[in-house]
Amino acid sequence: MVENNSSSAPLVEMSDISIAFGGIKAVDHACVDLFPGEVVGLLGHNGAGKSTLIKILSGAYLRDTGEIKVNGQVAQITNPRDAKAYGIETIYQTLALADNLDAAANLFLGRELRTRWGTLDDSAMESEARKVMGRLNPRFEKFKDPVKALSGGQRQSVAIARAILFNARILIMDEPTAALGPEETAQVAELILQLKKDGIGIFLISHDIEDVFELADRVIVMKNGQIVGAAKTSDVTKDEVLGMIIAGKCPEAATPGPGAIKI
Amino acid sequence: MSDELQKPDEEPVDHQDSALVRFLRATEVDTRMLGMIGALLLIWVGFHYYGLIFNDFGAFLTPRNLWNLSVQTSSIAVMATGMVLVIVTRHIDLSAGSLLGVTAMIMGVIQVWILPKYLGLDHPMIWVITVIVGILFGAMIGAFHGFLIAYLGIPAFIVTLGGLLIWRGSAWWVARGETIAPVDSTFALIGGGPYGTIGSTGSWIFGILACIGIIALLISGRRQRIRFRFPLRPMWAEWLIGVVGSALVIGTVMVMNAYPWPKGIIKRHLAANNMEMPEGGLFISHGFAIPVLVAISVGIFMTFLTTRTRFGRYVFAIGGNPEAAELAGINTKRMTMMIFALMGALVGISAVIASARLNSATNALGQLDELYVIAAAVIGGTSFAGGIGTIYGAMLGALVMQSLQSGMVLVGFDSAVQQIVVGCVLVLAVWLDTLYRKKSA
Repeated sequence: MVENNSSSAPLVEMSDISIAFGGIKAVDHACVDLFPGEVVGLLGHNGAGKSTLIKILSGAYLRDTGEIKVNGQVAQITNPRDAKAYGIETIYQTLALADNLDAAANLFLGRELRTRWGTLDDSAMESEARKVMGRLNPRFEKFKDPVKALSGGQRQSVAIARAILFNARILIMDEPTAALGPEETAQVAELILQLKKDGIGIFLISHDIEDVFELADRVIVMKNGQIVGAAKTSDVTKDEVLGMIIAGKCPEAATPGPGAIKI
Repeated sequence: MSDELQKPDEEPVDHQDSALVRFLRATEVDTRMLGMIGALLLIWVGFHYYGLIFNDFGAFLTPRNLWNLSVQTSSIAVMATGMVLVIVTRHIDLSAGSLLGVTAMIMGVIQVWILPKYLGLDHPMIWVITVIVGILFGAMIGAFHGFLIAYLGIPAFIVTLGGLLIWRGSAWWVARGETIAPVDSTFALIGGGPYGTIGSTGSWIFGILACIGIIALLISGRRQRIRFRFPLRPMWAEWLIGVVGSALVIGTVMVMNAYPWPKGIIKRHLAANNMEMPEGGLFISHGFAIPVLVAISVGIFMTFLTTRTRFGRYVFAIGGNPEAAELAGINTKRMTMMIFALMGALVGISAVIASARLNSATNALGQLDELYVIAAAVIGGTSFAGGIGTIYGAMLGALVMQSLQSGMVLVGFDSAVQQIVVGCVLVLAVWLDTLYRKKSA
């Protein structure tokens, strides 16, 4: 969609993706792409289809039509395990934590470390958890408690830690700062910049247009399941992007999609 | 009382906490478990003294009654371990008792009507084949329930409510309502009885192995913590747990060994071996009954499964947040099917114990068992909201339920009163549990 963004091949290419729930087209022939080391902000109202589109990439929903390519290769993503095998990690808006388990158990859920006898290696997992949490949230100490007992910010850092623990190449962040205070939000921003440097591609879904302008290289706006348009954040103003979100009006500097209103 | 081994990074002790709180924290003992043990002791002592006062005879705290209690608890305890997993994943199994009935009938037909024809009466393979068929049959039906629940989306309540009726009906159909007896003589040993025990020496060996096991677990746990620099329990707490645990084991062995074979059985036994009754009679201990050992083995296996394996971790993850489990890549449908299959296999084991104990298969076997099993799991701290429950809790819960039941029989309550009391206790226990959770949350 955006030419000459990078000389390398796109990390992710989702083309012509559609999914309908009971006759309602939640995502309607959407095309998005993501390059290594790039942060793409995905914007739109509630119900615009952002989360649904991203859940197709993370394997939580099975698309009706369309194709997903990872590193130029067609990817078969039919469930969350497949997506993880392609290095796609997701931080869900709901955090998707099992409240009754402790932080380490949540971090390694579905990918537990095991001893040579095939049993769970809880000590090793807790030790790894201490390392990664130390990097994200140095004051985090409640490793033995179920995550239910943690604060909103602590829970969020557990969800983020889970996504970066397994060397993700593609990171999906659905409202990652929704539950955070200003200080923790700044920490997440710092983390995003650091991950970007490591060449990880990030889809950032957010309501907060300020956040997106600060962090994203590109924005893609959705409305009623369709792509309104895509633009480099340096080429458009916040007001223009707001116009895309609210009215579906695509500014000149942006590449229009099927959802843009015809003038 | 040495505290040198405590790591400096251990949480500072809050001196405002009471001695009890500090004690519980140091030993890391579950307060809920203490509460259950307290309730159990209350029931035991209560019934004993009730008998002593009103019937002039306290029958509860006698080796004979405690031995019987251990045997009676086994069948329910085995099923309760499986029910924990079912309830933890937010399902229910109402069909356990009926499934037990039909499985026992099928095993009865196999070992009494079919196998002797081909292998000859009392062939040593008869009980092996029967037990394997019983467990596999239970697992198959359980897997079928699980399939309906997971893949067709029928609520577990409905599937197993249907199962409750279907399998009870089937139990009648297997032999047109006939009672099949007696079962294979080796098979009957699994139900307990004087011959179905491991005797005094066997019980001591078992007890000593159990003590070694407790100490080995404590040592390896401590080593692991040191290796990963986790906070350690104070040394006195480790010693206390080791000593109390071992004392409980040894005490149980002594009680089980204190119950002798009845005189009639000893005479028959001596006659069969062409021996004379020695002067002053002969004291042959029962020791642990085989069904108790089966239940303990199942308990250890299930504890291992729930705490040390991926399968167990996934069970609790699904119970805590089914959607998160799915998103983490856990195949929740397959897990549900496996959990119900496991429940079915455990019902199969209980069917072996129950029919062996009765020395026959009847189509009413296991009636209302599902309710006792569910009650045991719930009293043992399994939460219907999902995600919380322990195997040892459910087994203790089974012991509490059975103690109540046997206690009331011993002191001569009639069955109407028994039902009322059991019902009240169940509701009361869950209410207390709700209070406990609110307070600890």
